[in-house]
Amino acid sequence: MAGTFTFDAPDRWNAFLYRQETVRYGDGALQGLPVAIKDNISTAGLPTTCGSRILEGYVPPYDAHVVTLLKAAGAGIVGKTNMDEFGMGTTTENSAYGPTANPADPGRVPGGSSGGSAAAVAGGLVPAALGSDTGGSIRCPAAFCGIVGLKPTYSRVSRYGLIAYSNTLEQIGPLAATVSDVSRVMAVIAGHDRRDSTSADRPYTHTPSAEIRGTRVGVPAEFFGEGVDDAVGERVRDAIAVLEHLGAEIVPCTMPSMAFALAAYYVTCTSEASSNLARFDGVRYGPAVDTKKQWHAAFRELRGDRFGKEVQRRIMLGTFALSAGYYGKYYAKAQVARKAVRDDFTRVLSDVDVIAGPTMPTTAWRLGEKSDPLSMYLSDILTVPANLAGVPAISVPCGTINGLPAGLQIIGRHFEDEQVVDVAYAYEQEVLR
Amino acid sequence: MVSETEINDIANLADISIPKEELGTFTAQFNSILEYFDLLDAVEAGSPEDTGRYNIFREDIVEPSLDQDAVLSNPGSSEDEFIKGPRVM
Amino acid sequence: MNVIIGLEIHCQLSTKTKLFCGCSTDYRDEGPNTHVCPVCLGLPGAMPRLNRGTVDYALRVAKALNLTVLDESVFSRKNYFYPDLPKGYQITMYDKPLAERGWLEIEADDGTPKRIGITRIHLEEDPGRLVHKTGRDRAGYSLIDYNRSGIPLIEIVTDPDLRSPKEARRFLNKLRATLEYLSVFDGEREGAIRVDANISLEGHNRVECKNISSYKGVEKALTFEITRQKNLIRRGVHIVRETRHFQEGRGITTSSRSKEEENDYRYFPEPDLLPLRVADWVEGIVLPELPDARRERFLRQYDISENHARTLTGDIRIAEFYEAVALAGAQLAATWVADTLLGELAYRSMQIDRIPADHFANLITLLTEGRITDRAGVEVLRHLLDACREGREPEMPVDIVARENLGKAEGDEFADIVASVVRANPDAVADYVSGKEGALNFLVGMAMKETRGRADPKDLNRRIRTHIEEERG
Repeated sequence: MAGTFTFDAPDRWNAFLYRQETVRYGDGALQGLPVAIKDNISTAGLPTTCGSRILEGYVPPYDAHVVTLLKAAGAGIVGKTNMDEFGMGTTTENSAYGPTANPADPGRVPGGSSGGSAAAVAGGLVPAALGSDTGGSIRCPAAFCGIVGLKPTYSRVSRYGLIAYSNTLEQIGPLAATVSDVSRVMAVIAGHDRRDSTSADRPYTHTPSAEIRGTRVGVPAEFFGEGVDDAVGERVRDAIAVLEHLGAEIVPCTMPSMAFALAAYYVTCTSEASSNLARFDGVRYGPAVDTKKQWHAAFRELRGDRFGKEVQRRIMLGTFALSAGYYGKYYAKAQVARKAVRDDFTRVLSDVDVIAGPTMPTTAWRLGEKSDPLSMYLSDILTVPANLAGVPAISVPCGTINGLPAGLQIIGRHFEDEQVVDVAYAYEQEVLR
Repeated sequence: MVSETEINDIANLADISIPKEELGTFTAQFNSILEYFDLLDAVEAGSPEDTGRYNIFREDIVEPSLDQDAVLSNPGSSEDEFIKGPRVM
Repeated sequence: MNVIIGLEIHCQLSTKTKLFCGCSTDYRDEGPNTHVCPVCLGLPGAMPRLNRGTVDYALRVAKALNLTVLDESVFSRKNYFYPDLPKGYQITMYDKPLAERGWLEIEADDGTPKRIGITRIHLEEDPGRLVHKTGRDRAGYSLIDYNRSGIPLIEIVTDPDLRSPKEARRFLNKLRATLEYLSVFDGEREGAIRVDANISLEGHNRVECKNISSYKGVEKALTFEITRQKNLIRRGVHIVRETRHFQEGRGITTSSRSKEEENDYRYFPEPDLLPLRVADWVEGIVLPELPDARRERFLRQYDISENHARTLTGDIRIAEFYEAVALAGAQLAATWVADTLLGELAYRSMQIDRIPADHFANLITLLTEGRITDRAGVEVLRHLLDACREGREPEMPVDIVARENLGKAEGDEFADIVASVVRANPDAVADYVSGKEGALNFLVGMAMKETRGRADPKDLNRRIRTHIEEERG
């Protein structure tokens, strides 16, 4: 039966940017389930800022497709979660509204960019949340906070209403404490949407199965290479051993394209972002541009003042990568590189059913610990390949190191989200026992 | 390597103003990222992915527009049903 | 010195909805910002959805203009900032347009047929509409109406084959007629066509003239620009390769060499739309009769003059109107439509579709049957047009003739008028009798006046001569 509930649990982690006190819900598969929504997903009547001052006060007049689906399934939308501004970050420190703390250790970052969603789940405020994953933004905070996060196959979940950062890479996906809950939410949000022309008609109706005997699991050497913390590598190898114990077959493999995947990723996402974020000019929404100034000066001033440093950097990088004389060296080359990544996955995944490795090279670091942009980018090395290839990937907790969670990442073939869910589920059920 | 002058040109294209005092650090960080992007030089020329998907259409049938009130509720300033923008002349 | 002109023409396609959303394109009589949605307003998170109708329309154009449709066409983003551009980029086609290499035949300045090459056509979205304002504190600002945002445009780029402003004008007229015959374009809509012209004098740099928004404007802008460039060359001044803006009101072009105009558009494929593969649709398109074919048919079917045929087929509305009234007398109708009606309409700034064809046909019938004179015919036509213009229910010409007593004068009435004119002008009669033929014209003119044009001047001429001869015995 439809109704309302009160949502008043204290938010000690700055997970939420906006909360509803009285939450309405309807009938359906998720009846009464409190769900938090990342603040780059449009919600009619609820502020949607992308963690940016340039969207301060913006209230969308429409719901993103996934929000429509959640409401139709009876879920209660409790509020909007903190994030790195426009999804540009790995720690949620790039929010204009202050960083989110990691419930596992409030002195540390929750990961990003969907850090608010992950913290809301890990802190017990909600059983499930939506995030978006452009280069790891669901899986990274899931790993850092010790919860489960799924980046679906590209095109399986409608992006209509997701405020675009990098259209060809990103997907909306669920975060929850358990694989089952992730799967439940996925079943509601997946499927065709005519308003997203890239959307595929591939609904998800799966119930997780722990039976993985005979599943071939590829383990790329590159996922345990330079920069990957030894302790993390060890935890993940232990987890892979659990999979083997459950009857999976472990197959060593290589993915040479990992050498340039991160560069291809950052060229692509900054290029697309430089164009996507051009619409924020203070004319149609958001804080008003100074209309007395000449337009060029007025836009420069507003965008210089209201975009954060990382957003400005990425817009500038993308502007450069697309500009005359550099397009071939950067943007066009990145698209070729991207095909090589995709080809690598196709090759490896023709031999094995899924690929396993760490989600992040390290566990969560301290708030404010990393400041150099490039070293921050490098921490995305293990998550971006799945986005470049468009394949599904899930992060499931695989123990802790000094009390800090580590994540096991399972990557699958296109539209075989069910397969990665099953492997993650089998692992989770085994270690829970 | 891009110079501070080039950074200013890019900022001009992107309509972003960068304070003078931040230009030095910004340029240095920008260049170290560009240097990293040079990894792409190792990629041989080729063609990008063909997704094999094409011809997605909507029929030419009118759907409701937004109410004018909803349209005018978000702009920072409006006047006589128009949305107000900066000077262009 | 040879003049070399190429045109880039943007025409609004007359689909029911916009290029990438379901908003109606029919916003002309409604307030600003009433025909917008998250997509055409560029709200964060909205995504474009391609209107199949615009592709159908553009392919019709491609076929009619003899272009080859590409195997794959791709929408790209053209990135630049401007307050009327809601997303900070325009979705257009760049390196993979819809179709390439075609032609349209026009009449060259020397009257011979000439093929003008079409380089390419592609689809793109229109930005919003800007109004410049000055505030009370004298600071300028702009007001924006996004109703136009997302209206589908077809851009047609010609080869540099045009050799004079007049040729350019004729090309545009022919293009407009062709697009209207294809039912993909309504040239009467304000802002329906916008032209950028590239123009150079042979051996000198090319100048781009932007912002031309009328058919007349194209000829004006080009004529101005040729004169300007010739004067510079005569004075030994180098022609700078530049972009200039046409100022419609002043009929001149001005340089727009500001930094902001020199842009780097950073084109890249639109990631939210999939490529088009529609080359094989062209085969299935059945084109309607186009202006040249219709002109040939009019010559054959109605046996009218080449000139009339050209005028009557130069605009589909006129051609349709003519065919609706031709049954009442094809040749007379051709003369009356091409020579009389169009002039009377232009004088009143009226469109031909305001005139009911059955009324006009009735007028032609009266003329064909000799029941009214040409002069009375014009009078009847004016009654008809004025009624239509003032929104009154127009009377049938036969009724106008009866009410206004415009029928050809009958025998008795005639005799009385002739007698009274002869009686009242003895001097002229004397002059005529003494051999001054001009005096007879005077008498005919007086009689015509009396009949208020209802008589045939030749008939009057004969009657007056007979009357004078009879009187002299």
